[in-house]
Amino acid sequence: MAKTLYDKIWDDHLVHEADDGTCLLYIDRHLIHEVTSPQAFEGLRMAGRKVRAPGKTLAVVDHNVPTTDRSKGIDDPESKLQVDTLARNAAEFGVDYFDENDERQGIVHIIGPEQGFTLPGTTIVCGDSHTSTHGAFGALAHGIGTSEVEHVLATQTLIQKKAKNMRVTVNGELPDGVGAKDIILAIIGEIGTAGGTGHVIEFAGDAIRALSVEGRMTVCNMTIEGGARAGLIAPDEKTFAYLKDTPRAPKGADWDAAVAYWETLYSDDDATFDVEITLDAANLPPTVTWGTSPEDVIPISGSVPDPAGVEDAGRKQALERSLKYMGLAPGTKITDVPIDRVFIGSCTNGRIEDLRQVAEIAKGRQVAETVNAMVVPGSGLVKAQAEAEGIDKVLTEAGFDWREPGCSMCLAMNADKLEPEERCASTSNRNFEGRQGRGGRTHLVSPSMAAAAAIAGRFIDVRELD
Amino acid sequence: MDKFDKLTGVGAPLPMINIDTDMIIPKQFLKTIERTGLGKHLFDEMRFNQDGSEKEDFVLNKPAYRNAEILVAGENFGCGSSREHAPWALKDFGIRCVIATSFADIFYNNCFKNGILPIALPQEDVDKLMDDAERGANATITVDLEKQEISGPDGGTIKFDLDPFKRHCLLEGLDDIGLSLEKKDNIDTFEAKQADTKPWL
Ligand code: SF4
Repeated sequence: MAKTLYDKIWDDHLVHEADDGTCLLYIDRHLIHEVTSPQAFEGLRMAGRKVRAPGKTLAVVDHNVPTTDRSKGIDDPESKLQVDTLARNAAEFGVDYFDENDERQGIVHIIGPEQGFTLPGTTIVCGDSHTSTHGAFGALAHGIGTSEVEHVLATQTLIQKKAKNMRVTVNGELPDGVGAKDIILAIIGEIGTAGGTGHVIEFAGDAIRALSVEGRMTVCNMTIEGGARAGLIAPDEKTFAYLKDTPRAPKGADWDAAVAYWETLYSDDDATFDVEITLDAANLPPTVTWGTSPEDVIPISGSVPDPAGVEDAGRKQALERSLKYMGLAPGTKITDVPIDRVFIGSCTNGRIEDLRQVAEIAKGRQVAETVNAMVVPGSGLVKAQAEAEGIDKVLTEAGFDWREPGCSMCLAMNADKLEPEERCASTSNRNFEGRQGRGGRTHLVSPSMAAAAAIAGRFIDVRELD
Repeated sequence: MDKFDKLTGVGAPLPMINIDTDMIIPKQFLKTIERTGLGKHLFDEMRFNQDGSEKEDFVLNKPAYRNAEILVAGENFGCGSSREHAPWALKDFGIRCVIATSFADIFYNNCFKNGILPIALPQEDVDKLMDDAERGANATITVDLEKQEISGPDGGTIKFDLDPFKRHCLLEGLDDIGLSLEKKDNIDTFEAKQADTKPWL
């Protein structure tokens, strides 16, 4: 029978299926960070259980770490306790761990691929919703809660029911200045934040194939913002080239055998999807979110919507609440909106390619005087690579603040946060109320649009920057 | 895990769509290494002013709803992060059941691991329960998991659907991990086969 890519990976990891369709799925790779794991290890300890396969688990600190020099330790006592707890748990249960001063440290969804821990055709979980990122490699990857983290640690499996298949096809060629982030924002705008609920989304079409592996990660990263737990892109030559020679990728004959298997990972021609959506890349504009849900997207040429014309009472109320929170009047042109802060980083856009795009815009230009712009590389390796290419110089000369790697102001658990009513152009993935700091106002954009906004002091079409 | 069988309590109306996990429990409270103690921060930014005083108009601050055990809300409840701190905070506050037209997937699953029953119902049923909830302490709602039935203060009942396995685990308060460990032989067999066919893993 014809199968989708999701069907293939699923079938390949089925340990047990009960009569009612409840399945036990084998988990090949488990990533762990400090925020969602302490209670899971504590649960194991209380039940006298061990980690079944410590070698299939990799731990890193990212959410809590300061992005300033941390060689002398972490000041905030609560953050320090969480970080120390992970170090202790990793040592006690025999799990590999990258601490805050390890060059390989970084955002969990950036280091997995970098290390070759993320591989096509595997099942990957992490107590973090943006685990969907790893789907860019053709891995079935999704976020889980802490109780499930404990379950995976103890059993290397997860209790699951199979999701439905959805395919989003993006055909055609992207216009200049439009990238992966604009694609995924447009998709979320199209399907809504609950549009993918209960589905695994496969992204296909020549515009997706044309993306770099980094760009594909950006797309899969935000699948969760469209409600789907996992996104998938069939692996190809670009995927293999990205992984080759990474520290944990297979070597020698194993590599050849792995590639031979990975080449079978695609949806069969006659496979059927429960839902199909098609978009034309040629029509996609640089996109900005105006509100407090990732589905609140408008093109850079657009204006903030007016709730007056909205019929659905729930929507209308949500719109009004968003406008009030964001401090925006209906009908305001988005290019007339000035900004205070810029955040470039996160597991959506904290990779080397993203920083190169920012540097390209920043080169020979200056950040507006009214703007504070920070750049936070996604990992120590990204930071080192950027510094080797001189990107840090270009950025600091242009007035950007160059920081140590971590999640930083994507969720503001460390000291990097917005003040109430500060407005930020951010390359991260969530614009919820308070996400980047209580009362802070987040607009999601691509890295080049964030860089352009930093320079103009307001939102601007990156193609119109002088 | 805590059992859930039948609950009679006050339902608090929260007629908003897309209530995300950052609203339920903002990140500054995720630095804990415990599962308990988060109730006082539930809905922090909606419930409290910057100086820590209560916002009078927020539903859970109103006298009639301080002891609410049920939340009635709009679509896509719990969207956003995977943080289990969201159900931990709800539970610590005393909420044992959330009723909405739809839920985000990870949040929905997380509820069951913590003895909280999330119930998805069609809009018209949620509207009806929202009206009931507006009447506060004078109108308690009863949720019967065994019968998969909600009864409102006026005697009418609403049936709800639930995955039989999830229902069973909640009714019995079963430990998932224990259940899965009973399949140890299946896991061993799987691993042996995988070591053979995919030695690179
Ligand atoms: S960068 Fe942001 S979205 Fe990504 S893992 Fe960190 S906090 Fe989560």
